[in-house]
Amino acid sequence: MVQLLWLIPALPFAGFVILAPAGARMSRRLIAVTGVGTVGASAVLTAWITAGFLHGLPDRLAYSQIVWSWLAVGGLKVGFSFYLDALTLTMMLVVNGVGFFIHLYAAEYMAEDEGFSRFFAYMNLFVCAMLILVMADNLLLLYLGWEGVGLCSYLLIGFWYDDPANGYAARKAFVVTRVGDTAMAVGLFMLFDQLGTLQIQDLMVRAQGLWTVGAFLPTVAALLLLGGAVGKSAQLPLQTWLPDAMAGPTPVSALIHAATMVTAGVYLIARTHVIFTLAPAALTVVAIVGAATLVLAGFSALTQKDIKRVLAYSTISQIGYMFLALGVGAWAAAVFHFMIHAFFKALLFLGAGAVIHAMSEEHDMFKMGGLWRKMPVTFWTFLIASASLAALPLVTSGFYSKDLIIWQAYASVHGGIGLWAAALAGAFLTSLYTFRMVFLTFAGPLKTPVARRPGWAMNVAMIVLAALSLFAGFLEIPNTLGGVHLFSGFIQNALPATVMAVSREAYESLFEWISGGTALLGVAIIYALILRMPEFTAKLTGSPTGKILHRYWFSGWEFDALYDRTLVRPYVFLARLDREDIIDSFFDLVSWLGGLAHRVLSTTQNGRMRTYAAGLAIGAAVVVGMVVLL
Amino acid sequence: MITIPTAHALLLAGFLFLLGLVGVIVRRNIIFILLGLEIMLNASGLAFIVAGFHWGQPDGQIMFLFILAMAAAEVSVGLALVLQLYHRIHTLDADQADRMRG
Repeated sequence: MVQLLWLIPALPFAGFVILAPAGARMSRRLIAVTGVGTVGASAVLTAWITAGFLHGLPDRLAYSQIVWSWLAVGGLKVGFSFYLDALTLTMMLVVNGVGFFIHLYAAEYMAEDEGFSRFFAYMNLFVCAMLILVMADNLLLLYLGWEGVGLCSYLLIGFWYDDPANGYAARKAFVVTRVGDTAMAVGLFMLFDQLGTLQIQDLMVRAQGLWTVGAFLPTVAALLLLGGAVGKSAQLPLQTWLPDAMAGPTPVSALIHAATMVTAGVYLIARTHVIFTLAPAALTVVAIVGAATLVLAGFSALTQKDIKRVLAYSTISQIGYMFLALGVGAWAAAVFHFMIHAFFKALLFLGAGAVIHAMSEEHDMFKMGGLWRKMPVTFWTFLIASASLAALPLVTSGFYSKDLIIWQAYASVHGGIGLWAAALAGAFLTSLYTFRMVFLTFAGPLKTPVARRPGWAMNVAMIVLAALSLFAGFLEIPNTLGGVHLFSGFIQNALPATVMAVSREAYESLFEWISGGTALLGVAIIYALILRMPEFTAKLTGSPTGKILHRYWFSGWEFDALYDRTLVRPYVFLARLDREDIIDSFFDLVSWLGGLAHRVLSTTQNGRMRTYAAGLAIGAAVVVGMVVLL
Repeated sequence: MITIPTAHALLLAGFLFLLGLVGVIVRRNIIFILLGLEIMLNASGLAFIVAGFHWGQPDGQIMFLFILAMAAAEVSVGLALVLQLYHRIHTLDADQADRMRG
């Protein structure tokens, strides 16, 4: 059955091929069946292949399949070929599984939208591109998927193209991620130049053979790959596109900007982990980028008014955790948090979408409130996802995944007390902003009447994801609480285990108490601030320092203004300066000559028959004269 | 029987053709333009007759019959167009019919 591997990306692609040209003439029901069905079939096939993979596990760790040869130029041979191991399989399950439920949700959420078929065509193409990205066995095919998801992201952020602001957000996302992509492309050139192949597995073997730990070349290669990862995953300093990307429809935010695409950077680093292991300096940069991002984005999330922007900053922050985990060599923890994050963040977006629909497209949390009685299913699932995001101890998946990262940020040989402190601060901020969002949206008095409630498709998607947000964490339980290591055991078929510093291992339960307590403390504080003492909160934010901090945090630390001053404006200035240069004058001459010829010749076109007759006569005389004389 | 030299006859045909052409070019009245065209047609017909006589072949005369038939058709269409033109712009001046700049 592993021979059917190629069908997994081909099915969503078939959906795109059907919907793109013919969608306008299909009924809405048929469009929904095509769009959701292809992804669903792909998910079922993925599950089937997973079963086969688990069955053959101890003996066969990886499968590969060459579908066709893509190009062969000189020494460069690139196949359209797939590689399947534990890491790929985890990514595929999340992309297809979470993707399917988001498609199901979208079939109802987007039901009244004019661009219904266009929406599903783009979504299917996105799923196809993301699957190619994770299944590729060479970096060029991976890059194809990488650019494919970038394109789909652009198309879907600007989905409601009537509003120029959405178009601006789409272009911003495209251009900012392109900065990272360029770094990554240069990295690929360098890897091919140095190691002579783009096959990921060969590359890893050759890199280990040719390069020594800490040498210059692997460090440069790792930093270039990190550039690509930082762009796609919206980490410092290229994080500015993600909050604006919330301009797209909510299912898009759920699928692309939370569950799958933005984690492509995490996947890339995990997939090329050998190169990063050879470059400890680059690995440290990864950890620092992650730690800095998770704290900064946490502060920004704390001040947002728009419910989707809170979630956007929270996504940046949570991916910061994954980068931190990668940076300390906790590969399994990063992938585990990726998976759990995909469950609860997709659910949070779906819940936010249901709320936004109910509030007649209102995004401002301060105009919501008291919804918990009116929308019980949305409330309870949203609460579960929030608890998971805030990592409330013991009962939520988020606790097990995030706690693993916080602990290993300290206990890994690459970790340290500074990274741990940043992660803990981030955890505190997470529970603050998460429950601020929950309390503002669902608690208190009802401020806006509920226009509509989600139907069965949206509810089913949310309930399934809620179950996953609660129970998926039990795949990996720390030793102090019983010790289940199903997930890391599985992922260690593809990625090495974390190297722990021996002296630190003894403190595990102490650190768990601290991080669990921090999360609960955050919830208690925000409960007091929002619901018990709103006057004190108003005084706090109204003070001069509070105002300045609020301005900085609300605008995402003014990064947009910084980039506008340092990059955008000088560029526009240069472009203006360069508008009329010497090269242009040549092309101006060509157009001027064309205009001149036009003016001269059009005077002969005067509509008078007699001049035409005279012209004919003169022409004939010239021809006859030439025949006679020559 | 006195035979006319071919060169003389061809010169006459060429002279008639030029006469017609000048008429077409310098006249503004559309009826005189049509007359000029008729003269040109007949000049070429004369050239065919002369050539047929010169080579002792009947083809020249056959071509002349064709030209006669075509001239008749041309005149009927042409006069219909003249009537239409007069109906529309109330003048026979061909230069006034330059609205289409074609």
